[in-house]
Amino acid sequence: MDLTFNAEERAFQSEVRGFIAKNLTDEMKRATALTPSVFSDPDIGMAWQRALHRQGWGAPGWPVEYGGPDWTPAQRWIFETESARAGVPNVNVMGVKMVGPVIIGFGSPEQKNFYLPRILSGEDYWCQGYSEPGSGSDLSSLKTRAVRDGDDYIINGTKIWTTHAHHANRMFALVRTSDGERQQDGISFILIDMTTPGITTRPILTIGGDHEVNQVFFDDVRVPVANRVGDEGKGWTYGKYLLEFERGSGIASAKLREGLKAIAELAESDLTGRAIDSPDIASRISEVEVDIDALEMTELRVLSALQTGQNPGAVSSILKLRNSEIRQAVTRLGVDVIGHDALAVEPMRPLYKLNHEPATPEDMLTVVPEYLNGRAYTIFGGTSEIQRDIIAKMMLGI
Amino acid sequence: MDLNLSDEQKLLRESVERFVAGSYDADHRRKMANDPLGYSPAVWKQFAELGWLALPIPEEFDGLGGGAVEIGILMEAFGRGLVSEPYVATVVLGAALIDRCGSAAQKQAILPKVADGSLKLAFAHSERAARFDLAKVAATANKTAQGWRLAGSKIAVLDGHAADEIIVSALIHDHHGPSGRIGLFLVRATAPGLSISDYQRLGGGRACNIDLSGVELPDDALLGDGHDALPAIEWAVDRAMAALGAEAVGIMQTLLDTTLEYTKIRKQFGRPLSANQVIRHRLADMAMQVDESRSMALRAALKVESPPLDRARAASGAKAKIGKCARFVGEQSIQLHGGMGVTEELEVGAYFKRLVAFDTLFGGSAHHYARHAQLGRTSVPA
Repeated sequence: MDLTFNAEERAFQSEVRGFIAKNLTDEMKRATALTPSVFSDPDIGMAWQRALHRQGWGAPGWPVEYGGPDWTPAQRWIFETESARAGVPNVNVMGVKMVGPVIIGFGSPEQKNFYLPRILSGEDYWCQGYSEPGSGSDLSSLKTRAVRDGDDYIINGTKIWTTHAHHANRMFALVRTSDGERQQDGISFILIDMTTPGITTRPILTIGGDHEVNQVFFDDVRVPVANRVGDEGKGWTYGKYLLEFERGSGIASAKLREGLKAIAELAESDLTGRAIDSPDIASRISEVEVDIDALEMTELRVLSALQTGQNPGAVSSILKLRNSEIRQAVTRLGVDVIGHDALAVEPMRPLYKLNHEPATPEDMLTVVPEYLNGRAYTIFGGTSEIQRDIIAKMMLGI
Repeated sequence: MDLNLSDEQKLLRESVERFVAGSYDADHRRKMANDPLGYSPAVWKQFAELGWLALPIPEEFDGLGGGAVEIGILMEAFGRGLVSEPYVATVVLGAALIDRCGSAAQKQAILPKVADGSLKLAFAHSERAARFDLAKVAATANKTAQGWRLAGSKIAVLDGHAADEIIVSALIHDHHGPSGRIGLFLVRATAPGLSISDYQRLGGGRACNIDLSGVELPDDALLGDGHDALPAIEWAVDRAMAALGAEAVGIMQTLLDTTLEYTKIRKQFGRPLSANQVIRHRLADMAMQVDESRSMALRAALKVESPPLDRARAASGAKAKIGKCARFVGEQSIQLHGGMGVTEELEVGAYFKRLVAFDTLFGGSAHHYARHAQLGRTSVPA
C-alpha cells in the first residue's frame, strides 16, 4: 500500500499544474471564487471548457475514440485535485459528464457525430429536464408527455429545478411516451432544442439570492423523433445509467478542502477578530478537516479498486451523501466564523462585477449565500433520505 | 498510489480472520473475562507460532519487519473477536519503544524474546495529574552511584500484570538536578519497590495502576543514551492509536453485522424491524460510520512513518473520528437490540464496552480534535 504518487503520476501532476498556470486567468479565478452557486456562469465556465478542449482534456471520462484523454483513475484524481486547488471555474456538468455518456452509450451514429463535438468544444450548452413539480424523489412518476405525430413528438408539461436553463441552447429530458404497468415504463430520453417554439423559462431565485435554477414549460413543443436517444420507453434505464455514470469516480474531497481552507484563513485573519482563537471554532475546523480526510481516503480506496479493474461496490454510494453533508458543514462553519459580517448579504449578482463597494470584505461575500444555497446539496441528485435508502438496500440488503 | 492489499497482506488477513473465528467465541470470552490473567497463554503461544508477535520487529532481531498496515490487519480481526491477549502492550507499544530508543544490546536482549513469545512488555506512562498530556510526567528517576532510583505513580497501564518487563517513563534527575528530559526505564515486574494493583479492564483484558517507591535499577535500565524520549513516546502512542483504531473498526463491523441480522429477524407490529425506514436509515448511518472509520484507521497507519506533524495529525484525527463513530455505532447497536441490548445475555454490551474503552484510551474525541487543531495551527504563523 502506498499513499504517494509514482514518478509517472507526478510528471502528469506537473503537466496539469503547468496547463492551469498558463490558462487560468486572474479574472476566471476571481469570478470562480465569487460565485456562490454550484456552477460558473457560461462566460467563465465555457472559457475554461474551451481551454481544456484545446489541450485534449475536454472530456476526461469519455472513451478515446470520442475525444477522451484516456486517463487512468489516478490521473483523473490528480486532474480534479489540481483543478480544485487552483480554483478553476466550475464547468456545468450537464454536457460533458451527463448527456455525453448517454449519447456515447445509447445514441445513434448521427447523434454522436452531431452532438459530441459540440459538447467538447462548448458550442452547445446543456440543461437537464428531469424533475417536475409533482416528481421530486419519486422521479419516475413524471408526467411531461410526448405524443407521436408523424416524425415528431409533441411535448406538453413542465420541468423544474432546471439548472442554467436560461443559458442553455439544449435540454435532455425524460418524458412519458406511454403508460406502462410500472411507472418506470413508457419513459423516453429526448434531446430538445431550447429555441423550439412553445418553450418558456421562468427563473427561480434561491435563498442565497442566485438565479441558477428555473422552471421550464412545454406548450405543444414539436421535437423530431430522431432526437430520441435509444429505444422508445427505455428512457428510465438511460437516465439511471447517467446517474450512475459518475458513481465510482466521485472526486469531491479536494474541492471541500479548498472550501475549508478559505474558511480557516478567514478564521485566522484579523477580519474576523481571529475567530480561530475560540477553542470551539478551532475544534470544529478540525472536525470538518478530519471528515474530509475520511472522505478522501474512501475516494482513494475506490480509485485503487478501479485501477485494478475491481468493482468498488456499494462503498461509492456513500460518497455523494458524505460530500453533501460535509459541504454543508463547511458552509455552516463559514457563517459562524465571519460573525457580525453574516448580517450583511450582498444582493447584486454577479458578485465579481459589483459596481459599488460591498458592506463586507470581498473574501466574505460568498459565505452566507453559499451556506443558504448549500442547503440544496442534500436535496438534489437524490436527497440524503433517498441515498440512505440506497445504502440500506445495496450495502446492507434491507 | 495504491490502497489494495498485497497478496501477502491478503493471506495475513485470511489467516487471522480464520484463527479468530475458530478460537474466539462467546464461551471463550466469558471465561477470559473472569480469568485472573485475562488472556490465554496457550493462545499467546499460537500468536508466536503464527509469527504475529514477530510481525513488526526488524528482521535482524528475528522479526518479520512488517509495518503499521499489517498490524492494522491483525488488529481489525482481533476486534471482531474481542481478543484480550496483551498484543498492544507487548508488541505495538513495548517492542516499538525498545526498537526506537534501545541500545543495540538492549534490542538484542529483548526483541527476539518478544518475537518468540517468551517475554511480555508493558508501557507505564500515564499519570493521574497529566490526564492525556503525554509530555507531563511527574515520576522521577534519580541518578545514583549504582544506577537509578525511580519514584512515582502510573495509571491505566495496559496489561501491566502480564508483563515480564515494564517500560516506565520518568523525569531524569542527574547530578545537576532535574534535566527536563523524560527517560524510559526497563523495570522487571518483580523489582523491589514496584507494586502493581491490577483490575479487569472495561471491555476485556486487564490494566493496572503502578506505584514505584525507591525502585533501584542498574545503569543500563535506561533505554538508549538518555536523550529526551518524548518524541519516541509520541510516535509510539500515535502508532498504537492507529492500531487501536483498526481494532475498533473490527468491533464496529461485528456490531453492525449482528445488529443488522437482529433487525431482520426481530418482528414487531407483524413485520421485521428492518422494514421500517427509520431503522434502515439508522443502519445506513452506522454502515457509513464504520466505513469512514476504516478509512481513517488505514490513513493513520499509512502515515505512521511520516514527518511528526503529519503523523500526529493523522493519528489524532483518526482517534477523534473513530472514537466518535464508535460511540454512535455502539450506542445505536444497543438501541436497536432494545432491552436485550442492555443485558449481559447478549454480547452486544461486551463489544460496546470495548469501544468505550477505545474512545477513552490515550484521550477521547474532544481531546484529539483539540490536539489536531493545536498541531494544525503550529504550522501556520499566527
